Amino acid sequence: MNTEVKIAGVTFKNPVMDASGTFGSGIEYSVFTDLNRLGAVVTKGVADHPWPGNPTPRVAETPSGMMNAIGLQNPGIDVFVERDLKFLEDYDTNVIVNVCGHSKEEYLNVVERLADEKRVDMLEINVSCPNVKEGGIAFGTRPEALYDITKAIKEIAKQPVIMKLSPNVTSIADMAKAAEDGGADAISLINTLTAMKIDIYKRKFALANKTGGLSGPAIRPVAVRMVYEASHAVKIPVIGMGGIATAEDAIEFMMAGASAVAVGMYNFHDPTAMIKVIDGIEDFMKKTGVNDIKEIIGCV
Amino acid sequence: MENSMIRDEAEVLTNKEIADGVWRMELKTKLAALAKPGQFVMVGTHSDSHLLMRPISISEFEKDDNILRLVWRTVGYGTNEMAAARPGEVFSLLGPLGNGFPVQDADNKKHILLIGGGIGAPPLLGLMKTLRETHPADEITAVLGYRGKATGLFLTEEFEKYGKLVISSDDGSVGTHGTVIDAIRENGLKADIIYSCGPMPMLSAVKKYAAENGVRAWISLEERMACGVGACLGCVVKTKHEDHHSHVNNARICTEGPVFDAEEVEI
Ligand SMILES: Cc1cc2nc3c(=O)[nH]c(=O)nc-3n(C[C@H](O)[C@H](O)[C@H](O)COP(=O)(O)OP(=O)(O)OC[C@H]3O[C@@H](n4cnc5c(N)ncnc54)[C@H](O)[C@@H]3O)c2cc1C
Ligand SMILES: Cc1cc2nc3c(=O)[nH]c(=O)nc-3n(C[C@H](O)[C@H](O)[C@H](O)COP(=O)(O)O)c2cc1C
Ligand code: FES
Repeated sequence: MNTEVKIAGVTFKNPVMDASGTFGSGIEYSVFTDLNRLGAVVTKGVADHPWPGNPTPRVAETPSGMMNAIGLQNPGIDVFVERDLKFLEDYDTNVIVNVCGHSKEEYLNVVERLADEKRVDMLEINVSCPNVKEGGIAFGTRPEALYDITKAIKEIAKQPVIMKLSPNVTSIADMAKAAEDGGADAISLINTLTAMKIDIYKRKFALANKTGGLSGPAIRPVAVRMVYEASHAVKIPVIGMGGIATAEDAIEFMMAGASAVAVGMYNFHDPTAMIKVIDGIEDFMKKTGVNDIKEIIGCV
Repeated sequence: MENSMIRDEAEVLTNKEIADGVWRMELKTKLAALAKPGQFVMVGTHSDSHLLMRPISISEFEKDDNILRLVWRTVGYGTNEMAAARPGEVFSLLGPLGNGFPVQDADNKKHILLIGGGIGAPPLLGLMKTLRETHPADEITAVLGYRGKATGLFLTEEFEKYGKLVISSDDGSVGTHGTVIDAIRENGLKADIIYSCGPMPMLSAVKKYAAENGVRAWISLEERMACGVGACLGCVVKTKHEDHHSHVNNARICTEGPVFDAEEVEI
């Protein structure tokens, strides 16, 4: 039985990883989850300098999911390399670094800084975070801007580049194509859906930022549809995410066209969720006579 | 980060309403052996719709018997689900989480003041018990603020076992009519170290009182939490000095806290 998948020349022992921002850099959750078992660790978005993020409250529970407006708080690339990348050196798993920026230059600074870091297997470019007012959103919602930033990053990146798409667009297929045309090695989706929640007794927004990104099982059917549409629009591999909680959910995304999957907010519900997904995929393969996980990718 | 946190399926041993909408539960869990006063646990719900675990302070722990006691007020889905639980029912717990109260800071101190407001009192009980191991009862005073007699006082007999107890109430039905600070003044209490947990306005008042009197106050903060273990950055508080983790003066309450030096945080 083979659970290995290959994305842009990088081999994953299995197709399961965490979704950026829900797992830190793996440090905290390593107590509950053996990181060596994961296909990859995807780290929290990092910028070229420290970002303070948004005021609190930053998170709110919603039906079968949650909203967040963390605002991409991060300690900056220097601390990240020194602390988080160093921590991950000891583990036998791929490392995918999620990158954020307020401008093209800021993205490029991070990509350049990571160019010679051997521990980084891939870059994931977050052009879709709906939280940060200063930017980010622009690259992810217009095809031309997405094409431009992809091209600029690809010119200097030493690692394969995954462009992470925003679902807050009219045509996800157009965005997927723009990333592919810009030279992306892969795409990942979906990021969170822009949402709002109001506390009717306090007459206040649930989040200080007013809006936040919706994630969790509530968004899963939307995500499956978008992964299907995007994967049919491009030839490059797709990493699917959005509400994955179980192995069945992961398999659904793969049948829709994803070569690999990520578990996001469900880690908060169950810190051992990813291990259960990995074990469950193997059980499913055994039960249904799948010898190679690649057989099911886009099989519907 | 505490390397001693675990995930455990904990069995409910007892569950009782001890005041209006305030419940006290005893759970069997090996997590108790790892606990320190002021730490908390994340409690899982049994619902597919309410997916986030709920942060609840550890009120007391019996290391040898693997018993953990939680005390909470029912306010929404999760706390009501906990209130409805029968003995034998099982809850998923993560913990113990956070730093807890620095007990050793009370070493050599003769006037230890524990200040609790409402549902902030329970974690101070575990603290008082621990302090009692190294201090005579007359060195430890708990000042607890309640709404009033009508909604019920809770845990007062427990607190009295380990030191002095002074009470204030919003409606004046018991103890000092007013705030915990009013009670401190009325009783002429002295402090050379303060530990506190309660609603934000009370903590602000404690911070002010401590600053005016040149006393260090350790306060336990609350914030909305998603992970409880330091991964999501949902639960931060602005700090005076840069913390080792965030580098942007936004410390994680779940990990660098929930207990902070009042001087260190902007509340
Ligand atoms: C470190 C810490 C320790 C705590 N200890 C205690 C305790 O010992 N006893 C007690 O009664 N309460 C305690 N609280 C508050 C307790 O977490 C909330 O009352 C509880 O989460 C409410 O959940 P619910 O499902 O009943 O309410 P809902 O309104 O249904 O909750 C919806 C969401 O909001 C969150 N939430 C709601 N109110 C709060 C709050 N005040 N603080 C943080 N999150 C909140 C919930 O966790 C959940 O994610 C503590 C909070 C923190 C952060
Ligand atoms: C608290 C939180 C923080 C997140 N931070 C990031 C981030 O830094 N970069 C990013 O590309 N996506 C971020 N995301 C989006 C997730 O990676 C993922 O795309 C989304 O949550 C959908 O997956 P899920 O439903 O499984 O959570 C974050 C999501 C959450 C809930
Ligand atoms: S609750 Fe996630 S970092 Fe504190």
